[in-house]
Amino acid sequence: MTDHTSKNFDLELESLRTYVLKMGGAAEQQVRKAIEGLYSGDQAFLETVIRDDDRINQMEIDIDALCNQVIAKRQPTAIDLRMIVSVLKVISDLERIGDKARKVARLGITLSSLSGDGVLNEGLNHMTEIALKMLRLALDGFARVDVSLATEAVHLDKLVNAEYQSISRQLITYMMEDPRAITRSLDTLTIAKAIERVGDHATNIAESVVYMAKGLNVRHISADEIEDRIARS
Amino acid sequence: MNPITEHNSRETLSPLKAEAKKLNFYYGNFQALKNINMPIYEKKVTSLIGPSGCGKSTYLRCFNRMHDLYPGNRYEGAIEFHPDRTDLLSKKVDPIEVRMRISMVFQKPNPFPKSIYENVAYGLRVRGESARSVIDDKVEAALRSAALWGEVKDRLKELGANLSGGQQQRLCIARALATDPELLLFDEPTSALDPIATASIEELITELKERVTILIVTHNMQQAARISDFTAYMYIGEMVEFGVTDQIFIKPKRKETEDYITGRFG
Ligand SMILES: Nc1ncnc2c1ncn2[C@@H]1O[C@H](COP(=O)(O)OP(=O)(O)O)[C@@H](O)[C@H]1O
Ligand SMILES: [Mg+2]
Repeated sequence: MTDHTSKNFDLELESLRTYVLKMGGAAEQQVRKAIEGLYSGDQAFLETVIRDDDRINQMEIDIDALCNQVIAKRQPTAIDLRMIVSVLKVISDLERIGDKARKVARLGITLSSLSGDGVLNEGLNHMTEIALKMLRLALDGFARVDVSLATEAVHLDKLVNAEYQSISRQLITYMMEDPRAITRSLDTLTIAKAIERVGDHATNIAESVVYMAKGLNVRHISADEIEDRIARS
Repeated sequence: MNPITEHNSRETLSPLKAEAKKLNFYYGNFQALKNINMPIYEKKVTSLIGPSGCGKSTYLRCFNRMHDLYPGNRYEGAIEFHPDRTDLLSKKVDPIEVRMRISMVFQKPNPFPKSIYENVAYGLRVRGESARSVIDDKVEAALRSAALWGEVKDRLKELGANLSGGQQQRLCIARALATDPELLLFDEPTSALDPIATASIEELITELKERVTILIVTHNMQQAARISDFTAYMYIGEMVEFGVTDQIFIKPKRKETEDYITGRFG
């Protein structure tokens, strides 16, 4: 993208972009740590995850304020306007991803204090990897204004949903076989649901990227349909 | 594609008021407009934006044949005026007739050195209206339409030049409205006004489109975004992009348009 006549406007947009990516990195790390702590059962570590969520909340507030300043000062149009509108949506999704990480960390602490055999399995780890890959693709798409990365992210959501289905079926089986596993299984199910929602938020972010790049509103439609609309635009 | 269906798909279907077709314009040997094709929709506000010197004023002045006043100026192509499809540029069409149907408001408020009343009555007298009661009624109606009546009704005999800048511009709008034009041309009508006066002129333009079609040149892009239904971006004598204003300001089709409206121009 060529530069603005106003160098300061360029700087403002650049720092906004950088800040969003930093917030995205922080949200990703929070999810990763929460799951790590969950598997290791390290309560102190999980406490730090819960505490660090405040940083993400603060980032949302800061970026929101920056967006408002740019709108008031520059009256952005076209790609600049679409970028700022997208940023406002992206940071709200990132903040929610942060909340999910905190929720996983809280349940991790609860689970580690319960007696009995664990019901965690590789499925949850795998699902987290896909959800975080979606988030990375969506954020890369944002950084490079690249819709192909964003649509790749949306496509992956099917895998996350399938993994969630499979985990919940497995947990229901546990609960029927062993009533003592019910509390554990329900908590684990809530964790799986939280990670499934991380995938949903990553999808939203990817959709914001498509709006930013193409001016197309692609919410509430399938990944294939999104590709279709991009191709036709 | 048919311009009407292309641009009005999301608006209420609006008929054409005018249409420039393959319009070229020359100041002597200098070609200031190059093959302009553009619809003007009835009772809508259409903005012309673009860098200084790109030909916005030149284009506007074709509509009321202002260029005829100078020798060496030359038009090619047509501007069809609807519903009768009169070609405004045709040699057979009398420029005086054209100016009866089309009025213009300029950048600097330019009231005549006469009373407020006479400024508005002037156009009516030129048209041969002499009945005092008719003129009185039309002057009042025009001043009301220009949102000025309340401020001047007790001082109609004062000089127009005694009014504030914003009031003078509204007086010029009243003068333009008095003859019931079908098309109102504005050439940067607020660039000499303060923000409050600007806002009141913008408000007025939005009200006026209920009854008259408006074509406005503005160097203030936010103004174009605020008040117009359609926007055209011009560059060095060419019409680069014409579209629904929201589309132009949110997702322009041409990169040149995007660079200009986002301030990446230069
Ligand atoms: N009377 C004139 N004689 C010769 N050239 C002119 C005349 N008026 C304008 N031009 C030239 O025509 C081009 C378009 O001018 P204009 O329509 O005034 O631009 P804009 O209104 O977009 O600033 C410019 O290059 C300008 O120098
Ligand atoms: Mg001009």
